[in-house]
Amino acid sequence: MAVKELTQVGRCNRIGLDTRLASALDGTTADWLVSRRAEVVRRPERLGEIFPAVARTVGRAGLGDGWTVDEAARASLVAALAADQSPDDLATALSGVYRYGDAAEKRAALRALAVAEVADRLGDRALPLLADAIRTNDQRLLAAALGSYATEHLDDAAFRQAVLKCVFTGVPLDLVDGLPDRADDELARMMADFAAERSAAGRDVPTDIRRYLEA
Amino acid sequence: MRIFDPHIHMTSRTTDDYAAMAGHGVQALVEPAFWLGQPRSNVGSFIDYFDSLIGWEPFRAAQFGIRHHCTIALNPKEANDPRCREVLDVLPRYLNKDGVVAVGEVGYDAMTADEDEVFAAQLELADRFGLPVLVHTPHRDKARGTTRTLDVVRDSGLEPSRVVVDHLNEVTVKEVKDSGCWMGFSIYPDTKMDPDRMVVILRQYGTGQVLVNSAADWGKSDPLRTYATGQAMLAAGFSEDDVDQVLWRNPVAFYGQSGRLVLEETEVAETFEGNSILRGARV
Repeated sequence: MAVKELTQVGRCNRIGLDTRLASALDGTTADWLVSRRAEVVRRPERLGEIFPAVARTVGRAGLGDGWTVDEAARASLVAALAADQSPDDLATALSGVYRYGDAAEKRAALRALAVAEVADRLGDRALPLLADAIRTNDQRLLAAALGSYATEHLDDAAFRQAVLKCVFTGVPLDLVDGLPDRADDELARMMADFAAERSAAGRDVPTDIRRYLEA
Repeated sequence: MRIFDPHIHMTSRTTDDYAAMAGHGVQALVEPAFWLGQPRSNVGSFIDYFDSLIGWEPFRAAQFGIRHHCTIALNPKEANDPRCREVLDVLPRYLNKDGVVAVGEVGYDAMTADEDEVFAAQLELADRFGLPVLVHTPHRDKARGTTRTLDVVRDSGLEPSRVVVDHLNEVTVKEVKDSGCWMGFSIYPDTKMDPDRMVVILRQYGTGQVLVNSAADWGKSDPLRTYATGQAMLAAGFSEDDVDQVLWRNPVAFYGQSGRLVLEETEVAETFEGNSILRGARV
């Protein structure tokens, strides 16, 4: 039941992300992205029209360490704003692109939370985005929501529910940034009950929850 | 037989329909934004609907190996409702998205002054965002509505080759062909058009610039009418290549004008049995 195109990205910083992008893109495209970053800093209201069109210019190729070029480029636009905007304005901008985003844009908005400058600037202001992504049944959003920002900011109950939802929807648990560190007794109990329910129904128990049953 | 359904409202359909469509060769489709049978009372309802067209519905389609694209617009029926008019203001947020391959459905329902304004405004948006246009023709007073539609398209300055005029029949097809616009036909179980009548029209007008769709929605309709039309064409002596042109290459050429069609093999997120839609229902 492996799900294609599910990845996780680790916490990074803005310069590292921009450098990685600059070396992957051809000169014209890299220049385009630099100009778009400058444009959204100058006119933040432009983000709503620039963000959706990014992938058609930079492409969607893999960039390594769980990133794709389009996600990294969109995250880099958000990161450019982070240096310049108040925490509330940054939260409004990020919520806007998430709110009106298609699945790829929503995922990129969640990925932006892996950039240290973005996460640190926002504090807990992006929690509503995580709540929305975890409510969906789209594995790509669920996985993207459970990066380093979720590890740091989700409360225990929300974190456990999100992990169990990964099990239900087939998101591999090794993609969850907060595992195994945040696994606790209550999560083990929930996993055990889930496994019992599955066994009683004569259905398979996903293999990646075994280590948590024994914990 | 590979099929691209250029007009089908999957929001109204079940996963059984997706499975049957995939089983009959449907590999790609376009879901136009239209009304939902029941009137919407505020702009937020549209935003949630548009989000579903660019997010949830493509995700559902992908479970069955089907590529889902959409068109976005304020439809002519609800253009008359002042509570919905502000939908026009949120359209620019959607018209730049990867999965949005046209502005539509626009056009006329009752041919009111409000519909005139909303139609013209959305043709301007199509020009600004470099998109083709899907135009609905009215059920009532169709011939007059089609003539008026073609006048508005002509006045807009848009190339006719970027416009498809849909829901045509024996009475309205000639005028649209003469205009240079694409001709759309919705094949229904018993109303607008059926496979055998469609074959007669194809014989008379040729297979160029013709789009055949099932337009299946929440009413009595059949998502396999595209396949049935392909079969009727073959039975009437059209070649496999003719069928491929009408049911695949024509819609690819029309919506391909957006530069946003993605037709490489769809990534099936999971096996059918384990798919997350079924899982979601069990949670």
